[in-house]
Amino acid sequence: MDPECARLLPALCAVLADPRQPVADDTCLEKLLDWFKAVTEAGSSLLLLQEHPCLVELLFHALRAQDLSPRTLSFALRLAGVFAAQENCFQHLQQGELLPGLFGEPGPLGAAAWVAPSVRSGWIQGLRSLAQHPSALRFLANSGAVDTIFSLQGDPSLFVASAAGQLLVHILDLAMREPAEGRVCPQAWDWPVCARKIVCHLEDCLRSDAAPRVTQALHVLTTTFGHCHGLWTQGLWVQLSPLVACLLEKDPMPAPHTLVDLLLSVARSSVPSSDPGLWETVAQTLSRLSPTQAGPLAAGILKLQDCPQALRIQAFNVLLQPLACVLEAATQAPATPGLLEGAAGDLMAVDTLPPSKSACVGLLCSALAHLELLQPLPQRPSPWPQAPLLAAAVTILRFCNGSAAPSSEAGGRLCTMLVGCVRVQRAALDFLGVLSQGLGPQELVTQVFAVLLEYLMSPDSSPMVLKKAFQATLRWLLSSAMPPGCCDLEPCAQLVLGELLAMLQKRLCSPCWEVRDSGLEFLTQVTRHWGGQASFRQVLLASELPELTRQLLQDPESYVRASAVAAVGQLSSWGLLAAPSSPEQPAIPQETPLEALLLILTTDSEGFPRRAVMRVFTEWLRDGHAEVAEDPERFVAQVLRAAGKDGDWEVRVQGLELALVFLERLLGPRGSSAAAPPSVTARALRALCQVQLFEFAFRSLFDCDRPVAQKSCDLLLFLRATATPPGSPQEAGDRPNVASVEAALRRWRAGEQGQPLGELAPEAILAVLRSMDLEALRDTLAKSSDHVERSPQSLLQDMLATVGVLGDNEADCY
Amino acid sequence: MEQRNGFMGHFQYCLSGHPTLPCNVLKFKSTTIMLDCGLDMTSTLNFLPLPLVQSPRLSSLPGWSLKDGNAFLDKELKECSGHVFVDSVPEFCLPETELIDLSTVDVILISNYHCMMALPYITEHTGFTGTVYATEPTVQIGRLLMEELVNFIERVPKAQSASLWKNKDIQRLLPSPLKDAVEVSTWRRCYTMQEVNSALSKIQLVGYSQKIELFGAVQVTPLSSGYALGSSNWIIQSHYEKVSYVSGSSLLTTHPQPMDQASLKNSDVLILTGLTQIPTANPDGMVGEFCSNLALTVRNGGNVLVPCYPSGVIYDLLECLYQYIDSAGLSSIPFYFISPVANSSLEFSQIFAEWLCHNKQTKVYLPEPPFPHAELIQTNKLKHYPSIHGDFSNDFRQPCVVFTGHPSLRFGDVVHFMELWGKSSLNTVIFTEPDFSYLEALAPYQPLAMKCVYCPIDTRLNFIQVSKLLKEVQPLHVVCPEQYTQPPPAQSHRMDLMVDCQPPAMSYRRAEVLALPFKRRYEKIEIMPELADSLVPMEIKPGISLATVSAVLRTKDNKHVLQPPPRPTQPTGGKKRKRASDDIPDCKVLKPLLSGSIPVDQFVQTLEKHGFSDIKVEDTAKGHIVLLQEAETLIQIEEDSTHIICDDDEVLRVRLRDLVLKFLQKF
Repeated sequence: MDPECARLLPALCAVLADPRQPVADDTCLEKLLDWFKAVTEAGSSLLLLQEHPCLVELLFHALRAQDLSPRTLSFALRLAGVFAAQENCFQHLQQGELLPGLFGEPGPLGAAAWVAPSVRSGWIQGLRSLAQHPSALRFLANSGAVDTIFSLQGDPSLFVASAAGQLLVHILDLAMREPAEGRVCPQAWDWPVCARKIVCHLEDCLRSDAAPRVTQALHVLTTTFGHCHGLWTQGLWVQLSPLVACLLEKDPMPAPHTLVDLLLSVARSSVPSSDPGLWETVAQTLSRLSPTQAGPLAAGILKLQDCPQALRIQAFNVLLQPLACVLEAATQAPATPGLLEGAAGDLMAVDTLPPSKSACVGLLCSALAHLELLQPLPQRPSPWPQAPLLAAAVTILRFCNGSAAPSSEAGGRLCTMLVGCVRVQRAALDFLGVLSQGLGPQELVTQVFAVLLEYLMSPDSSPMVLKKAFQATLRWLLSSAMPPGCCDLEPCAQLVLGELLAMLQKRLCSPCWEVRDSGLEFLTQVTRHWGGQASFRQVLLASELPELTRQLLQDPESYVRASAVAAVGQLSSWGLLAAPSSPEQPAIPQETPLEALLLILTTDSEGFPRRAVMRVFTEWLRDGHAEVAEDPERFVAQVLRAAGKDGDWEVRVQGLELALVFLERLLGPRGSSAAAPPSVTARALRALCQVQLFEFAFRSLFDCDRPVAQKSCDLLLFLRATATPPGSPQEAGDRPNVASVEAALRRWRAGEQGQPLGELAPEAILAVLRSMDLEALRDTLAKSSDHVERSPQSLLQDMLATVGVLGDNEADCY
Repeated sequence: MEQRNGFMGHFQYCLSGHPTLPCNVLKFKSTTIMLDCGLDMTSTLNFLPLPLVQSPRLSSLPGWSLKDGNAFLDKELKECSGHVFVDSVPEFCLPETELIDLSTVDVILISNYHCMMALPYITEHTGFTGTVYATEPTVQIGRLLMEELVNFIERVPKAQSASLWKNKDIQRLLPSPLKDAVEVSTWRRCYTMQEVNSALSKIQLVGYSQKIELFGAVQVTPLSSGYALGSSNWIIQSHYEKVSYVSGSSLLTTHPQPMDQASLKNSDVLILTGLTQIPTANPDGMVGEFCSNLALTVRNGGNVLVPCYPSGVIYDLLECLYQYIDSAGLSSIPFYFISPVANSSLEFSQIFAEWLCHNKQTKVYLPEPPFPHAELIQTNKLKHYPSIHGDFSNDFRQPCVVFTGHPSLRFGDVVHFMELWGKSSLNTVIFTEPDFSYLEALAPYQPLAMKCVYCPIDTRLNFIQVSKLLKEVQPLHVVCPEQYTQPPPAQSHRMDLMVDCQPPAMSYRRAEVLALPFKRRYEKIEIMPELADSLVPMEIKPGISLATVSAVLRTKDNKHVLQPPPRPTQPTGGKKRKRASDDIPDCKVLKPLLSGSIPVDQFVQTLEKHGFSDIKVEDTAKGHIVLLQEAETLIQIEEDSTHIICDDDEVLRVRLRDLVLKFLQKF
């Protein structure tokens, strides 16, 4: 602890102990506690208490005072726990009877303050901190604290109840860890008293008829198997599994969701290696739970690395069942291959779907979501039924838009439940998108595109559904490239693309801005991938799309303008924004895309479009856009001038990114260790001076927004490393006069940014760069901006000052 | 006081087969109430359009001849692109007039301005002498619609009137759809302005929630239905019976006052008509589609034609466009609204503040016009004209957007624009009104190069909303047109596109009479104070007292009163003069009335105490049967009766009767 803090500590303790000076801000106490944790982790707690008796006094005061605020009392309990985490300090406090006082019956436990949840929470957290050594275990066993923790499991405050459960797990782990070093899976009667007590309690709870008690025990066990990895957990499962099995037999099954959590937690632990019977329990549970309850268990099983194949098949069938029902509901001919071939017919019956709309929708959505997560995993079931899953996703989407005809009365009910259901549409479109990773029969792929087109064209598709449909369509188009990665599309996808562009025209005119926005995003993406393909270019140029996109640069909604900027950027990169000209309509001189975007950068009142322009410009510079390539220096100078004045820090950061790209064009890519030849460097420096990159970079270096300054620092470091490699001879005698530059920079650093840097010679730049301690600046910037304010000293001063201010206010009031 | 009324005499006569243009007559509590009188104008689709200016194309259409070459109908029927049309003044299909004598109708309740277009036919030609009830906006805008209709038809006088084709034997020979047209003999030409004025003069204006007494027996009340300015649903109720008439209602937030659902609760019967005609089209999506197509066309240099009514959805469309045109870069495009009543319609919409939704009402206090079309007019973006003649031809600038009628494309200024713009594929006609099949409407204009977009905007209730509404208001019975009780023929798998309720809805079709089911059959009866004074109540259960009443029930003007019976006159010995007022029922000495229930277990114990043995008790659906096997006797105990069945053993019967009576109270 630094001397200044040590000096302030007694005053702070006095303030904390004084009920007339309440601490206004809870977060101060949290920060204070964090600081004490850091101090005790770095050194001896005992020494700390001995050097600062005010701390012990504070704890004693907490024990005695009746009028301490709950938050201070809670703080004192947690602080005592932090100190007592070290065994010698624990014994020191024990001798003073402080710990029994704080955590036993005489303390807050029996006092009025106990009604405050924060005090109960502080009590639990204090014990959680101190329970680190055998002495603590003995203390817990003898003080009766464990019984109190049991009762706190049912606390009305969920935070307290949850913390109580976690504390029990911690104590059990500590108790089992301590004596069992080197021993394998001791029998229950060998377990330490404290552990036996907890396990007995858990057994009682599991036998109880009261659902909340069962749930509490299941939570504790779930956490235990999730966090404790000792071999003793195998013994614990042997001891408790019959009780868990009894729960599974009950009708209705108590706390099914929590039971699923427990089984998954056990399955992920080391238990299965010692108890293969676990899998049988899990299999039974799967078959006993309702489809909705079984979904998470099935998904959890399928994510396990090792588990019996039969169980995996059973779990996969649980997830597939709702989809199989949908397929069955729409299948006219029973010969169509289903998802669950070989399974019992009644398992697939549509009647097995929940009768209520919300339950049925929930089941379908969760099945789709689970399958979507499984698809990319290496351990996903194999063979993966790609074709039936595709058919199911398409059928669901067709039920949702009313175009699928059900084959039975039950199917008709399903159709009624799904028609127009946005939730299912979204889930199915996401799933369909993920399925694009696999192949499918051509006939099904055609159906996929057909249903996606139906959604994209339907005026009834909600903006969110439309966005998902766009995303799924893009994924399927990408997967239809022949060969993969090539820009040629399959004939079917080719056809779809043509229809898509016609549809896009209408979407870009939608009165709903979300639709215009998703439409533009889609256009940007398809152009990015197929902008070079002849047939795409032909269809696009024959459409209104380029002109519409250009017009949307003036859209009243800033998000749409930003997307239009990206689309214009992409279209222009591929030369798809040429002004139309025909004999009847001679080309009207229009502003070029570059001019249009520059106008947005300098005049748009919203940040999003300006940021988008900067991204496009950076890309254009990197990719050698034709209009930029005509005069890159002029382009960079214009952009940097605009970006430098921008009020949005992200635009300024993007400006630095563009500057970096420009640098790389001149000096070679970053990361290459070789310094540029002097002639290249000289030419580059002249160009950089010409575009006034240094003015921009130096101003950014002192930017009030840290990311801007950091980025600039990186840029200048790169420049210095490339242009003035270490050991390069500094020409003596003709050192340029950099005084005026340094003076300007000093003023900028001080916040006076008004004065320009003026004309700079490359030599002066190099000299300034050499003279600047950019590394130190980078280190300072790497620290968070409030690192000074976050020091413990500052914290103590703030807390004292706040109390002082409070005092002043009191005086004012009188 | 309540009296059970064994008479079940509530009927509904269904005079229209069109679910959104209803016309029903309700016989309820001795009153005859007509619910709406919609005019089915789809009949006009069988006629050739009436061009405002001479159309060489239409006038040169070939006459139609029979397969055998017989051309006797070629003056009446013309052929265009494979379809046959009647070349005559368009005619309308009236509501059924033969099913019930319409002169007996006491009142007509109008729910919205679209549902009153047949009013002049009813009030002026059937001997109707009653009153019509409607809200003020309904009457005013209804008048505009009628005025426009009359104007459209009268300004293009047509010498020819075809009637030969209506002959049943000839009609059979005609191609579809003329062959299948129903009741063609009853089709009538449009009414005159004089008839319109006369019909409207019979209307009495009402306000929402106003209670109107009909002959002391029935009370009718209009409720906001949320569909159009002044549109109403109606509650028709007596003291113990309530019928809700739901017609053309909307739950969407458009310009009218929101729908009043709460007042529809506790209905015995809910008559449900006027649901959306396009249940698969969501109005929001359609508005988006409308705007997108409009913008695309205009950007390409084309014109947009929107066939529409002069009131209703057009207000919402103009509001959407007001918000949209700037963002879509269409600020310089002129919007024209052409109708003989365009000016009145735009102005009326701004003055009916109290009938508007809350948002629009608050604007009035700012003060601002509730609809933004005022600003469009001020800034010259929207211009309105009574017809294409006159000022319009001077101002006309293309590309432009024209809103004009009639949506059937058979008369009105729209005919001119169809002829003018139909040849260019740059132009688009966008159908927003759902009343007419757009393909049929376009048939006489084929071949057509202009683009056609169908964006029907129907804000009336869809089946999901109906399902929620019925769950909310829980009527005992639902009555609706048969079209609502099955999925649309083209989408027979869509079970969601029908009314789904329990018990299933009762359906009706044109020219059908339906007996309405009423579960509660009570009448309210007043007791005269002096009679009430003479009653001696006896408490039979805590809180429930009974008294016997001997009185005379007098009924006049549908009010029932119990009066003390006249004192029996002493026989004078002379000749009895019998007058009607003396004709009172004989007052017999009444047996005491019994009340209470018989607890079977205790009853059996009592029987055993009195020496009966071998007693067996059987439970039945209505109560119990106590079998005295030895005595071969059966005691049947039910909720409202007890029978002792024994073989001629009167002593035993009386003994048993007395034992039964011990458990009952007498008074």
